[in-house]
Amino acid sequence: MIDPRLEIIGKRLGKIGKIVAVSSGKGGVGKSMVAAILALTLRREGFSVGLLDLDFTSPSSHVILGVEGLYPEEDKGIVPPLAHGIMYMSITYYSLDKPAPLRGSDVTDAIIELLAITRWGELDYLVIDMPPGIGDATLDLLRLVKGISFLVVTTPSMVAFETVRKLLVLLHELGISIIGVVENMVMQPSRQIRSQVERIGQRYLGEIPFDKELEGALGDVERLMGTGFASSLKKIAGDVQQRLN
Amino acid sequence: MAEGVVSTATKIAEEQGLEEVTEVTVRIGELQQIEHEVFSFALEQLRTPVMKNAKFVLETIPGKLRCRACGKEWLFSPEALGDEVSEAIHFVPEVAHVYVKCPSCGSPDFEIIEGRGVILASIKGVKGSD
Repeated sequence: MIDPRLEIIGKRLGKIGKIVAVSSGKGGVGKSMVAAILALTLRREGFSVGLLDLDFTSPSSHVILGVEGLYPEEDKGIVPPLAHGIMYMSITYYSLDKPAPLRGSDVTDAIIELLAITRWGELDYLVIDMPPGIGDATLDLLRLVKGISFLVVTTPSMVAFETVRKLLVLLHELGISIIGVVENMVMQPSRQIRSQVERIGQRYLGEIPFDKELEGALGDVERLMGTGFASSLKKIAGDVQQRLN
Repeated sequence: MAEGVVSTATKIAEEQGLEEVTEVTVRIGELQQIEHEVFSFALEQLRTPVMKNAKFVLETIPGKLRCRACGKEWLFSPEALGDEVSEAIHFVPEVAHVYVKCPSCGSPDFEIIEGRGVILASIKGVKGSD
């Protein structure tokens, strides 16, 4: 008894230049926002980009990007539609706006299914919006996606960073590429997170100040890209590209 | 999915030293809702040289579900779900948890005991003479 899906995942991802998982140890730190704006930033710099929302139980990148009325095309698998120039894939095409209560084994199956059926074609970057933590989705990606790199998001809170530290240690121990750490929602200058990141031998990529305009820009890509959040992330995106090359 | 079956069967044939594959048996879970005719056509288009004369045997495995909350077991019935929902489950069977509830207690927390996915069950063939 063999699952034939596992055989074709490598082929499906084979023409993608760089695969970046945007991850964190904790929810609510802005992973989806970083993933969506990073994908838009790279696209606007002329790269071909895909965005895959793997946070099946709490997907949100479609809200950030204002994705409505799109649906993948069926063609020897499925081809994600373009959202603002990005090939965009999310379980919400199939779950609509309803809750998707999935246990770990279901999450694993759904990840394998989406990786096996989605035809990205040639891309410079695939950005993956990860669910929080070091559970099934993270372990599955480490198992299934060769050459993946992690961009890790934290907030200034040590509550968030303590979980991020565990994620960084795990990735380091497994020899997985870590691009660096982004500190989001910074409300006052502090070197605490930078020093913590550097203490464990990882790279601190920069901070994104808390942006009170961001909420009002949700779903409106032009407004989003004009926010302070987007301009802070643009500088970090340059560093991400350098680190990956 | 047919691509995965052919690719996996070809790889196994190479690993086992098969000169020719004579039969490939594929079990298709009912939740996947794949029409045999369409899947057979796809397999025919993708035949590799080692399986040029292979017979493809397709079997459907009924979808059997068990509620984790109350233990009720029941059979998946796509007819009651409508086209849009059926298509969603066809692409990603796990979204069944979005649309299907236990007929006894209404919980979405059920286990798919049988009938999920496409499984390469067996391949038969003739070994090389060396």
